[in-house]
Amino acid sequence: MKTITEQKALEEIEQMVEKDHKIYLIGCGTCATMCRTGGKEEILRMRDYLHEKGKEVTGWMVIPTACDELTEEAIRQENKHIEEADSILVMTCAFGVQTVSSYLEKPIYPALNTLFIGKLDVDGTFSEICKQCGECVLGRAAGICPVTTCAKGLLNGPCGGTNKGKCEVDKDKDCAWTLIYNRLERMGRLDDMRQIQPPKNYGIKTFKKYSIKEA
Amino acid sequence: MPRSFKETLYSGDFVVTVEVGPPGMPPKGVDVSEIVDSLQPLKGRVDSVNVSDMKSSVMRLSALAVAHLLKDRGFDPILHFTCRDRNRLALQSDLLGAWALGIENILVITGEEVAFGDHPEAKAVFDLDSVGLLGSVKKLNEGCDLAGNELQSRPDFFAGAGISIRTESEEALKSEIAKMERKVTAGAKFFQTSPVYDIGSFEKFIKMVEHFRVPIIGGIMPLKSASMARFMNKNIDNISVPEELITEIESTRDRVKTSIAIAARLIRELKGICQGIYLMPAGWEKNIPAVLDAAGF
Repeated sequence: MKTITEQKALEEIEQMVEKDHKIYLIGCGTCATMCRTGGKEEILRMRDYLHEKGKEVTGWMVIPTACDELTEEAIRQENKHIEEADSILVMTCAFGVQTVSSYLEKPIYPALNTLFIGKLDVDGTFSEICKQCGECVLGRAAGICPVTTCAKGLLNGPCGGTNKGKCEVDKDKDCAWTLIYNRLERMGRLDDMRQIQPPKNYGIKTFKKYSIKEA
Repeated sequence: MPRSFKETLYSGDFVVTVEVGPPGMPPKGVDVSEIVDSLQPLKGRVDSVNVSDMKSSVMRLSALAVAHLLKDRGFDPILHFTCRDRNRLALQSDLLGAWALGIENILVITGEEVAFGDHPEAKAVFDLDSVGLLGSVKKLNEGCDLAGNELQSRPDFFAGAGISIRTESEEALKSEIAKMERKVTAGAKFFQTSPVYDIGSFEKFIKMVEHFRVPIIGGIMPLKSASMARFMNKNIDNISVPEELITEIESTRDRVKTSIAIAARLIRELKGICQGIYLMPAGWEKNIPAVLDAAGF
């Protein structure tokens, strides 16, 4: 399971760091490297881009796993170059950005958009596995997640837009509820299709715990 | 006092309902006179008017406002509620508001993806799905909200739902019927279908779902051209236009006249099969009275 990210548009990044002249870059050796959004290669490309735009890059590092505690130590070791910078451009998922941010009182900008928790498919694309939506409904849906597989996250069957077993939003994607129905049929469990799945309880995950460390 | 849509449907008479959409395609705005004017010739000829809710995910004037204005003008509206734009608080709040404004019939639908509309950057909600929303209407009718809080005064909505008739893919048809069963359990009292052009397949579908014993109102959308038919056949799974109808509209010298004749013929054929028709003019509002004339209504 990986956090899937994509790089923000360069114009947006440029706008974020508009007022800053000196910038320090941080990448991540785990998910962002695998997504080719925050590994060494991408960091160096970003450094060159910022140079072209007249910025000075005071230093860079790729933290092995930006979301864990070793980040604190990595930041300490690079303290001199980080201190010189006006801001930090972080090329990791939002978890990594928040981890970095919890150790530094400096402007910190995300260079990536964090899209979803996903897996790498055989064709080299990423697909979403879990929205971490709280109340898990996999038990009633033949183990196929309707919250992530259905574009609308419907809990009680297909919408009116199913088109020849494909999703109306993406014709290359299978309709989640056609997959679920067929699987339940094969398993002799079509009774599950008759059970109404009540509205989800989003309350179970609202503000249970804060993940941002106090400075 | 004319009978309500619900009374007519339950009397066993064949019902006629027509759909209108608040102004949405350019020019958008606040002028509803066009809708009201287009309905005047249908006064007394239709049992109800369906008011669509930001159809095709295009932002437009509130369906609730239009339904209320139509109610004031003597129509019995069926107000559509999609799950796309409101969470369970807003849906329940608007339901109670609709009842307070005199609206008794609603049609619960999932709603199209926002990506297809004119605000593709919007966040889709889908907090409830159509089955969940039907369940919440049932609870409101019984005197409590989704959180279990008691209502001091309660509505008495007549709620229906949509069905997509999938003639080409048996798999999709089976899962649609399974969902239909959930909708019946959740409280759907009538169904309106996607546009019907192939009477044979429709009749087969009706036989597959007649054990639900819920009235079904068949969709009628005038066929404007052969290219429209081919487009729908290619791109929309729940619409299937037989070749002979395409040839008929293609070979005619008067497309409007032939379109009216085809629609009227389909209506006459549906009369023996289901409990009513749901007319979707799709821009041809002005031809609807002629369709009804030709169908003998």
